[in-house]
Amino acid sequence: MSRLTSVACLLALANLALLGGCGEPQFSDAEKKTIASLALNTLPSLKSDTTNQYADAPAAAALGSTLFFDVGMSRDGTVSCSTCHKIDRQFQDDLPQAVGVSHTNRRTMPLAGVARNPWFFWDGRRDSLWAQALTPLENPLEQAGNRAAFSHYIKKRFGERYERIFGPLPDLSAVPASASPLGTDAEKAVWNGMTAAQQDDVNRVFANIGKAIAAFERSIEPQQTRFDRFAIDLATGAAAQGDAVFSPEEILGLKLFVGKANCVSCHNGPRFTDNAFHNTGVPPVDGLPPDRGRVDAVAQVQADPFNCLGKFRDGDESACRELRSMVKDGPQITRAYKTPSLRGAADRPPYMHAGQFSTLDEVVAHYSKAPPSVEGVSEVHPLDLSDRERAALVAFLKTLSD
Amino acid sequence: MASIWRYILAGLGLAALLLGIVAAVYLTLPPSASGPDLSRSKKTANGLFVASFEPEHGVVRQGELQSWLLTLKTAAGAPVEGAAITVSGGMPQHDHGLPTSPQATDYLGEGRYRIDGVKFTMSGWWQLHFSISAAAGSDSVVFNIVL
Ligand code: HEC
Ligand code: HEC
Repeated sequence: MSRLTSVACLLALANLALLGGCGEPQFSDAEKKTIASLALNTLPSLKSDTTNQYADAPAAAALGSTLFFDVGMSRDGTVSCSTCHKIDRQFQDDLPQAVGVSHTNRRTMPLAGVARNPWFFWDGRRDSLWAQALTPLENPLEQAGNRAAFSHYIKKRFGERYERIFGPLPDLSAVPASASPLGTDAEKAVWNGMTAAQQDDVNRVFANIGKAIAAFERSIEPQQTRFDRFAIDLATGAAAQGDAVFSPEEILGLKLFVGKANCVSCHNGPRFTDNAFHNTGVPPVDGLPPDRGRVDAVAQVQADPFNCLGKFRDGDESACRELRSMVKDGPQITRAYKTPSLRGAADRPPYMHAGQFSTLDEVVAHYSKAPPSVEGVSEVHPLDLSDRERAALVAFLKTLSD
Repeated sequence: MASIWRYILAGLGLAALLLGIVAAVYLTLPPSASGPDLSRSKKTANGLFVASFEPEHGVVRQGELQSWLLTLKTAAGAPVEGAAITVSGGMPQHDHGLPTSPQATDYLGEGRYRIDGVKFTMSGWWQLHFSISAAAGSDSVVFNIVL
């Protein structure tokens, strides 16, 4: 009898030893591979931006930083980039929709790792970091300035610094004080009255403002989190220490994220984004103008004179492959928005392109229910998560902030 | 007496070990269920051409904009020149299309066409569908790629 028991024990032990040691393995090999691909240590070093020859010039970044925080860079001297992109708030503003010179229609985006994006804004209507920076400067709801005024301002305030980086400023003496092809009707009329050479001079100074700001933004990178420490320990097989130990709830949340809830199909890679556009059925906000997302951005980025194919790009056209191969039509881009990074998300409610959800609980409840989109077709399908599973997903998302 | 039992025990232990190994190997083998056809070279639907599709720089990387090479030969093995190629595709299990719109950008000679702007944004089963028109006629081919 006792011998039989010992034989049974031996059998059981031999099998246990072979099938993953003692105790249940927490993650399958496939899960481990996915988790490793999300860790910050897999983030490649930042590629050079050949469309901006000043992208890695320290003097350009320094001037860009000055401009980013300078309220002088706005129509009435009250708004800078940092009014909305606050340095101590992950470069966002905690509001459902940003407020500049006026109330805007979209949520301010955080800037960690922004230089790695192929597309900018929630709808990707700009294709480079430097072309993006020019947009809020002239947006009547944001900084509400105009490019002629910015050129004069740069000459007056930062002329010497500008010239040390970009070479001699053009002769602006005959350039009107206020003019822009995108401004008020009066500003447009003045712009149309300028010579092509004057317009070109102003556009070039304007593009260089964008290139300096972009050089500064390249230094804003995501930080290591508890999740990254956990993921590295998991990958190396080291015993997790201190706060790198995940609670059973956080582990369940991570398993759902890479498994049944399939969040990782869009929120993937070390930045938790596929850099692509998806309709996820997020409802529009009452009272805001119609917002159709990516489908309306396609024509805008194609028409932008500062896009990669335009004459203000440095380097050659081989940098423009994303623009050349973008999806231009089809049902999938209606109300499609860029997948945001989830790093730091727990610390910056509200969520989505117009701040539709005020907590992560609401976000996860949205994915669980997956309502149809008001326009276009949502790519997410109901997950019918239990209360415990929803809480676990939220617990996991918080590990991307600690 | 005791030593015989020890041998029997050891034998049983060994048998258990073998069983365990077999079980472990069996459990970690990829499921044999018939997945999509992953061949990188095949006849086009109506047999007009033989098409091969390979990443230009060897490896497929998720999330990276890559160029691939589509090589077209006639059934007799002659390179197909001057073909007009359109590309579409998506993920059959997620019913969504491609995140980019790849295009034939260059003819590299010997029936080789560069297909630029290919990007696979998530793991899983992707399909690329090519419509090909050349002197010999029009045909199409589908390649499956699993990441
Ligand atoms: C009034 C508030 C406000 C101001 C001022 C502002 N932004 Fe923004 N920023 C936003 C909002 C809102 C969005 C998203 C807008 C959209 O999608 O239409 C955004 C988006 C961005 C993005 C895109 C990020 C991404 O991941 O795609 C960058 C980069 C950025 N801003 C940089 C700047 C810079 C540089 C300036 C100053 C030149 C600036 N912003 C001024 C509110 C502001
Ligand atoms: C089909 C792609 C897709 C899937 C799957 C997906 N997301 Fe998203 N996620 C997005 C997009 C796109 C947005 C922005 C939508 C918008 O603003 O309208 C977003 C926004 C978010 C936000 C808000 C972030 C912010 O800064 O506003 C969170 C949090 C989030 N997703 C978590 C999740 C979780 C958790 C899952 C799994 C249950 C998931 N996502 C699955 C694409 C996806």
